[in-house]
Amino acid sequence: MLVPVVAGVVGIVLPALGYFPVIGYELWGPEIILGLLAEPGFTRSVMVSAWTGLVATVLSLFLTVAILAATFGTRALVVAERLLAPILSVPHAAAALGLVFLFAPSGFILRLLSPWATGYEVPPDLLILRDPWGWSLVAALVLKELPFLFLMALAAMPQVKARERVMVARSLGYGRMGAFLHAVWPLLYRQIRLPVLAVLAFSASVVDVAIILGPNRPAPLSVRVVEWMGSPDLSAWATGSAGALAVLVLVLALIVLWLMVEVAGGRVAGQICLSGHRMRWADGLRGVIVAVACVLALTMFLGFGGLIMQSVAGFWRFPDAWPSAFVWSAWGDRLPAALGTLSTTFVIALVATVLSLVGAVVLLEADRRGGAPVWILYLPLLVPQVAFLFGLNVLAIGAGVTPGLAIVALTHVIFTLPYALIALRGPWRALDARYEQVAGTLGAGPLRRFFGVRVPLMLLPLCVTAALCIAVSVGLYLPTLIVGAGRVETVTTEAVAASVGADRRLIGFWATFQLLIPAAAFALARWLPAMVYRDRRGVRAARQPG
Amino acid sequence: MSLVLNGFSVSLDGHPLAVLDGEVERGKVLSVMGPSGVGKSSLLLGMAGLLEPPFTVAGRLELNGRDLLATPSQERALGLMFQDPLLFPHMSVLGNVMFAVNRRGRDGARRNRGRRAELALSHLKRVDMHTLATRDPDTLSGGQKSRVALARTLAAEPEALLLDEPFAALDQALRAQIRRIVFSLAAQDGLPVVMVSHDPADAAAAGGPVVSLMA
Repeated sequence: MLVPVVAGVVGIVLPALGYFPVIGYELWGPEIILGLLAEPGFTRSVMVSAWTGLVATVLSLFLTVAILAATFGTRALVVAERLLAPILSVPHAAAALGLVFLFAPSGFILRLLSPWATGYEVPPDLLILRDPWGWSLVAALVLKELPFLFLMALAAMPQVKARERVMVARSLGYGRMGAFLHAVWPLLYRQIRLPVLAVLAFSASVVDVAIILGPNRPAPLSVRVVEWMGSPDLSAWATGSAGALAVLVLVLALIVLWLMVEVAGGRVAGQICLSGHRMRWADGLRGVIVAVACVLALTMFLGFGGLIMQSVAGFWRFPDAWPSAFVWSAWGDRLPAALGTLSTTFVIALVATVLSLVGAVVLLEADRRGGAPVWILYLPLLVPQVAFLFGLNVLAIGAGVTPGLAIVALTHVIFTLPYALIALRGPWRALDARYEQVAGTLGAGPLRRFFGVRVPLMLLPLCVTAALCIAVSVGLYLPTLIVGAGRVETVTTEAVAASVGADRRLIGFWATFQLLIPAAAFALARWLPAMVYRDRRGVRAARQPG
Repeated sequence: MSLVLNGFSVSLDGHPLAVLDGEVERGKVLSVMGPSGVGKSSLLLGMAGLLEPPFTVAGRLELNGRDLLATPSQERALGLMFQDPLLFPHMSVLGNVMFAVNRRGRDGARRNRGRRAELALSHLKRVDMHTLATRDPDTLSGGQKSRVALARTLAAEPEALLLDEPFAALDQALRAQIRRIVFSLAAQDGLPVVMVSHDPADAAAAGGPVVSLMA
């Protein structure tokens, strides 16, 4: 995992420093970097990237802690937990397209309010999406990153004994929210720190969501890097490499800034903890926070439903709230041509999933037996994609590897494996090790202990992890685009490509597949273990931490 | 048939936790008593070959003349029972016992699934659980689970039994009943038993020598 990332970074650093013999550059100097700095709107692009990354991360984290504190120990948290999988499984691009459906000037929300409340008979000339400071981009990122951080926090709860700590704090007179914030959150934050930094790195360097919702005068830096790299003018590659290096430096600077603020914030939080304030007043905010969470979830689900409806919508003039007709033939006409793209998507996702599951299990077993440097695998989530994928591509081409399905699937593993580890690590550790000890004393060797005891008891987490890998793979845009050299088409590359066009039915068509494939994978992941162990009540309890 | 412990010790990070000496004859019970944290359970896990670093074991441990410390855990033929019966939740009661039936036993027909099921059922009969063979283990009472765990342990044809507070989770009446079953079957099979317990009544019922470990 370290090798492709480092090699990829080297592959952009060299051209950025003027060494790119393929196009005759052997300058070895700062000219290309100085040229990048002189590009029109460069500073603004950097600021938009930094701003959207930081604000999206702060808001996602703030909402995560607020919703957890407001709902901990209540039925609402159980409901929120159940809603997580379908929201998490949706690719970022589909979530962004859902927002476009809802909030565009000709979007569903304004249609519902027009003309009776707004007076609009035609779509207004408002810059709701693609605003210059990237607020719509931030909104899409928060909608996707909040569930991710929420899931990470839920997975870490048993390790910090959250329930017991809250009970002790409440017995000392703290309110519900105060008990969680004082007694659990500081410990929980330490556990989810790496995912938070991954969210920061991703948000500051995202490409597909930024293409759909981000500003374009100028665009965020990562989008401009992709444009330079895609330019027919080969010398733009060098500028693109310098831009990719700039994204890497920007993300590193943001991470350092975050860690510094974290230290200061930790001191302030420590003082507040020692102040003895019971924070009972905060319990009055619980209703508001739950309402905000409901609005966010509703926004996501409305957007998803809208995209599916959009795929079969006939003539749909503004300000009609609903299409005048549904055109089912739109699917019938497109489906035969889409089968190739669908099978490519499936093959890549399946290969990446199988390799990631095997890799994750091998690493977790090594970790259990004395520690493996598992953290290295999170590196692809912390290093911006644009900062190493182009370099990796250059090296792959240099090594004579032809862009195609196999290399794309292997590149997907770089991203699916960390998610497989994140999803599987908690349950893998939580399984009572004594089951295997007992099996050992009954004469079972290592293989029989593993395949006869551990794997069957881990069936549900393994299936859910497989579904997550499929969802991640289906949603990967930049790795597919770059490493596939534009020749490998998946539902996500098609959806993003459609998003810059005007055919809304086509956008809805591809976005529907983006929604359906992960949803089907998660449904299967839940159904299969439930079927296999329908008469075995104790299987779930075996995975609870003791 | 006997289990011989000669300066058998368990250490954590190089610091000795507990040392055990003695010989346990077939059908007899050696009771190991002592407060929490002195390493009683670690001794049993060490004997079974289930301790991993930073724990280490030293000394001699012989079963019927075999050097167990040089034998992989799955070949030591030591049956281990915990306080928690730890029945495999993904298998039926019969499946749990079948898991333990040795495919390479004296009986050459054991590769046959039906034969293994018959053997497993006969072990369940010994603890009077054969009528519940198809049940989900999670639907059994605490006492029933303990009996299935015992049948499963005996089905592996161990040459000695290690009991880690196996009765602690049971109420008084049930505890006496299960104790009686365990000790009588161990005696029937001629198995040396090492039992770790907090409860002097367990040691009294076992009737064998008692070793007290100090903190």
